Amino acid sequence: MSEMNPNQGSPARQQAAQTVESLQRRRFIGAAGAAAGLAIAPGVMLIEVAHGRPEEQAASSAVRWGMLVDATKCGTGCNDCVTACSTENGWTPVAESAHPKQAPQWIRKLELQDPLTQMETNLPMMCQHCAEPPCVDVCPTGASFKRADGIVLVNRHTCIGCRYCMMACPYKARSLVHEQLNDTQKPDVPRGIGCVESCTFCVQKVDRGDGTTACVEACTASGHNALVFGDMNDPESEISRKLREIPTKQVRADLNLNLGVRYHGI
Amino acid sequence: MASITFREVEGSSLKYWLLFGGLGLFVLFGALSWNYMHHYGHVVTGMDNQIVWGLPHVFAVFLIVAASGALNVASIASVFNKPMYKPLAPLSAILAIALMLGGLLVLVLDLGRSDRLIVAMTHFNFKSMFTWNVFLYSGFFALVGIYLWTMLDRTVKSYSKAAGTAAFIWRLLLTTGTGSLFGFLIARELYGTAMLAPMFIIMSFAYGLAVYLMVLAAAYSWTGRALGDTVMQRLRYLLVIFVAAVLYFVVTYHMTNLYFTKLHAVEAFILRDGGIFTTLFWFGQILAGCVIPLVILLTGLGRQRSWIMIACALVILGGILQMYVTIIGAQAYPLDLFPGLNEKSSFFDGVVHSYMPSVPELFLGLGGVAVALLVTTFAVKVLRLLPESLDDATVAKLEH
Amino acid sequence: MASLMQRASRAAFLAAAIVWAGLLPAQGGAPKPVIEKAVKGQQCVEDTEYMRKNHMKVLNHHRDKTVIEGIRTKKHSLKECINCHASEKTGSVAKSKDDFCVSCHTYAAVKIDCFECHSTKPQGPMTMHPLNADTAHYKHKLAAGAKKPVSVDDMAKVAQ
Ligand code: SF4
Ligand code: SF4
Repeated sequence: MSEMNPNQGSPARQQAAQTVESLQRRRFIGAAGAAAGLAIAPGVMLIEVAHGRPEEQAASSAVRWGMLVDATKCGTGCNDCVTACSTENGWTPVAESAHPKQAPQWIRKLELQDPLTQMETNLPMMCQHCAEPPCVDVCPTGASFKRADGIVLVNRHTCIGCRYCMMACPYKARSLVHEQLNDTQKPDVPRGIGCVESCTFCVQKVDRGDGTTACVEACTASGHNALVFGDMNDPESEISRKLREIPTKQVRADLNLNLGVRYHGI
Repeated sequence: MASITFREVEGSSLKYWLLFGGLGLFVLFGALSWNYMHHYGHVVTGMDNQIVWGLPHVFAVFLIVAASGALNVASIASVFNKPMYKPLAPLSAILAIALMLGGLLVLVLDLGRSDRLIVAMTHFNFKSMFTWNVFLYSGFFALVGIYLWTMLDRTVKSYSKAAGTAAFIWRLLLTTGTGSLFGFLIARELYGTAMLAPMFIIMSFAYGLAVYLMVLAAAYSWTGRALGDTVMQRLRYLLVIFVAAVLYFVVTYHMTNLYFTKLHAVEAFILRDGGIFTTLFWFGQILAGCVIPLVILLTGLGRQRSWIMIACALVILGGILQMYVTIIGAQAYPLDLFPGLNEKSSFFDGVVHSYMPSVPELFLGLGGVAVALLVTTFAVKVLRLLPESLDDATVAKLEH
Repeated sequence: MASLMQRASRAAFLAAAIVWAGLLPAQGGAPKPVIEKAVKGQQCVEDTEYMRKNHMKVLNHHRDKTVIEGIRTKKHSLKECINCHASEKTGSVAKSKDDFCVSCHTYAAVKIDCFECHSTKPQGPMTMHPLNADTAHYKHKLAAGAKKPVSVDDMAKVAQ
């Protein structure tokens, strides 16, 4: 949305509430930084452009969006990331659904227990944004696709609802919209009956230049700080630094799909 | 070689129209079911985000597999040059087309966006097995259609063998493609093996022949034409070979799986702990679908036509149940994201998924069967597909 | 203003009539589409005549750019159409039969699929949603979602 554009004139900022003020200023400063980078060193510019890319620029393969989940920090019983996702993307929380088995869930909390040691782990599970996505391989129409920046999406204009991708996904990350949504969709997040959907890494936020996702924001707000989102191709990004520092694993690494979501503490 | 006269079925009797109307009624029910599912969405079906392919797929895949198998008889005639099978070939070809049509209709009408068929026909992803199947299916219609034409039209008769061979090779590819729909899924433990392709081929032989035999016998008895025991007995032993081969493949498949520790749990699920799926596997697929038919066909019972029919019906039933176990059973077993750990979530991770087919799903599937039979019923009326007589004397003349 | 509306509706009728002509010659009885004036802005991002004939091409082109490449420029985006054309009464472009998209499409008997998936309403300010205990910790997000209405200035910018 234009309103989120950091380069916009000041009237908007003056009208808005205090929080908006500070938030937008932060964005504005970010944009200024990018502009500075552009002026000083072309090398820096490349990276900066990738993060807060201008509206008319296509997503670039110089970036690979990814997420780090620190399962040791993920709160037992905490569901904030899930709630945030459903709020941001407009899907009904499963608890409120009349048909829980048919209700879409873009992200879910998974509770694990080792039957031998009784050790318990819990973590959020969602689309892993595979670099070699099986869902994309099997999709007959090419509706499932991987964007240049590594985000795996469903093009709802060409999805025929065959559910082959749901059969193929090893992470049970996808849902079919089983019933009419009756205009409850968010303007930024079109979704509809008969099409398959899954986590989009909040692509609308990424394109807007937020550089983060709703679940990460919520996790940080809750104080757990278990999630980090960022560009895995940028060696200086927070996520890249963390990935260098702490041991992480890919879920079902045996499938060798090169996942965009990495877990610590599993 | 004596020539055979083919003649249309008269199709004016009350019985014919009753059959026609009855099948039409089921087609209508199928259409209504589709309309209902399409209007409300898949929420009115038993399918959900765990069992994503349900009863319609069981019917669709069965019909498609049987379609390719139904072509068998024609292939034996043209490709393997067995004169006795020649008069049986046209029915075999039309049945193949009809079953394929029924199966594809069910498959397509079960799509979440069945109104977007045109998208499926214009957007292709060539890495998808589904896309390849779209081409395999269209090619099948074309080739079998041409083959049928060469059999019906004297002027192009000389091309019959070439067309038959092409159709034969094509349908082997096609069933490989259908089996690979599942074989190419790495995510599910029970799929993801090349074994599924040859297994589907051999299954298609058995199911297709069973359907063919029943249709043939029904057509001849209802029209009062003579169908001798030579034909029936020949096909009886062919069926024995196919069903035995299916049994062999199923046993090998599960034995191989049992050798891999990582597949123990899912094998135990199908073979021992899977509740309804275990029951359907042992009593449906194995006992009713293979063992009993083999016993019937190999003992003296197989000399009586009604027992052959019972055996065929059992093979068909076993085939549908096999699809049920293969397609739904494999989905009922939860995906193992973290091998060795217990999993729990709001998304039904770590629990065996239950599935209760709904009425519209059932009628959509039956609608596909009805379409196949309706097409066949109509075709034998308007085309010269059935020999006037297949009594022993006529058939005997062919062999010399 | 009134003449503009007249011109608009006349042209719309013409366009629709072209579609109809082949199907129902000289029927005359069909109710004319109601073309509600856009709530915001003075001028569409393209010539009205052009849009009347080609809006679907424009939208289809932009949709592929957006979905596949992530280019979300405002000029040809459906969301911006909705922002301007949502009815003042229903707040939507497709809720009641007189709303902008539906009214003409019904008249021309061309089925639209857009609103199976797309919201028919402009992005409402999220601050309107009552904050409750469940959502309280999203305050920062709600604030970020606060929108100012699109001004004439904005539209002028968009149009460029
Ligand atoms: S996790 Fe599943 S849905 Fe996501 S990219 Fe991988 S295969 Fe596709
Ligand atoms: S359901 Fe849609 S996205 Fe998934 S494989 Fe089918 S067409 Fe592709």
